[in-house]
Amino acid sequence: MSEYFASLNVLKLLRNMPGGISQGLIWGIMALGIYVTFRLLDVADLTVDGSFTTGGAVTVMLILAGWPAWAALLVAILAGMLAGFCTGMLHTKFGIPAILAGILTQFALYSINLHIMGMAANKAVSVDKYHLLISSRNIPLAILTSALIAIALVSLFYWYFGTEQGSALRATGSNPAMSRALGINIDNMKVLGLSISNGIVALAGGLMSQYQGFADINMGRGAIVIGLAAVIIGEVLGNALLKKYINFYFTLSFTVIGGIIYYLVVVIVLWLRLNSNDLKLFTAIVVALFLAVPYLRGQRISSFAKFKQKGAKTHA
Amino acid sequence: MLDLFEISKTFNPGTINEKRALHKLSLHLDPGDFVTVIGGNGAGKSTMLNAIAGVWPIDEGRIVLDGNDVTALPEHKRAFLIGRVFQDPMMGTAPNMQLEENLALAKRRGQKRGLGWGVTKEERAEYRERLKTLGLGLEDRMTARVGLLSGGQRQAVTLLMASLQEPKLLLLDEHTAALDPATAAKVLDLSDRIVAEHNLTTLMITHNMTDAIQHGNRLIMMNEGQIILDIRGEEKKHLTRQELLEKFAALAGTPMETDSVLLS
Repeated sequence: MSEYFASLNVLKLLRNMPGGISQGLIWGIMALGIYVTFRLLDVADLTVDGSFTTGGAVTVMLILAGWPAWAALLVAILAGMLAGFCTGMLHTKFGIPAILAGILTQFALYSINLHIMGMAANKAVSVDKYHLLISSRNIPLAILTSALIAIALVSLFYWYFGTEQGSALRATGSNPAMSRALGINIDNMKVLGLSISNGIVALAGGLMSQYQGFADINMGRGAIVIGLAAVIIGEVLGNALLKKYINFYFTLSFTVIGGIIYYLVVVIVLWLRLNSNDLKLFTAIVVALFLAVPYLRGQRISSFAKFKQKGAKTHA
Repeated sequence: MLDLFEISKTFNPGTINEKRALHKLSLHLDPGDFVTVIGGNGAGKSTMLNAIAGVWPIDEGRIVLDGNDVTALPEHKRAFLIGRVFQDPMMGTAPNMQLEENLALAKRRGQKRGLGWGVTKEERAEYRERLKTLGLGLEDRMTARVGLLSGGQRQAVTLLMASLQEPKLLLLDEHTAALDPATAAKVLDLSDRIVAEHNLTTLMITHNMTDAIQHGNRLIMMNEGQIILDIRGEEKKHLTRQELLEKFAALAGTPMETDSVLLS
């Protein structure tokens, strides 16, 4: 045991922190996309596991084909939006439950992503040969770039979801029956929301592939869980720190911060030399805990259990 | 203002659950008519309102509203003509959104929603004034989430929302049934005020015979998907509950069966 602790090097952990922050920022950007479906549209969209990879694959292939990185990212966003659009159409035009529609699209995207990558499971893009927007080679710059992108997106969302159209989208998630009665085409709003969400997720996938220097067919696996983790960690933290001063801008910002915190926890877990194969189990437990917090807190305030003892005494 | 030409609707056709909800129902409303609708459970009252609102397509017939044949239009495309308040106070408002946002959504009923601000400054002033008229103190809670309001408050807000963008037709589907008697009376008062203020053409379903007699200028009674009684003007003013029950028994062949009707 003491041997194990002696082998842990605190300096090494600190050295890994900046890298953790920059990857966490990318997951945080992805979480902004997931926030749109999960919190605003009230849909758990499983497309993202596929569209994250799509974003990475499109970006890498276009950069390899000589496109500038920013243009590749724009096409990646469009590709992600198309994936979300498909899920939305399956759901609204064919009546398939949203969660199943997402699973179907995600399943199909596995093949499509392989096609995009020329039937290779892995495509490298070297920062030495190509001009990349961000790379793990230059972590301070990577942090700066992704932080700027995150701030731009948070501001864009803050504006958009305050407009008439954005309000209609939020209303669709909050009360679909009312929305229809007020003349909102809720099918269109759902398709739009799913498209926006997956566009952002694909952008994050494109950033991640540049950061790590390759796109991998499995890079999106579990993206939905990580995104949910970020959204929920951000909410719990934001509500705890800001209490009633929390507003939509802070909520969005804390979603990104949630992504960073999630990834820093991953860095610590890896530093503790826990088996990295257990990472997904660990993540699932963390997400389940955070999802349970609001419910359990409510239980503590009002529950049947607290009457148990009293009842037993009076009626025994 | 509103014309229903022999509309029919059967739910679950061809199955064991088949239910003929509306059968060749025709109705004409003049502008400014305030019609109360009564009838037993399953008489087709809510079905008629849902057919007019376009919740689902009807099987046969035509629906013409303010000169527009809306039969083929889905719910959201008819919304520009129709204001609605539902039985369930939770149904008429978006709980996760602010009070002023809800009002702004209703203000734009049936209009194109672009990239302008969802709530403008001028609107806020207007909403504050309108909320004051409710007398519930809601003008000081405009940024509160609507989910925090009580059922009665939410129903009052929904009424206000239905009239912000003046509708050609107001549909009230037992909108006081889920409220306590005192709150129900307040909301009913408010309904009368809003209908009178804008001279709205209105259809109001109620299970309360006294309310049905006291409100509006016309009363229709439904049974088995058809209108079996249509009373208006002076005749309605002098109507009593007892007469109404007797008329129902005579026309429908059975006494009115629901407790809520018998006890009201």
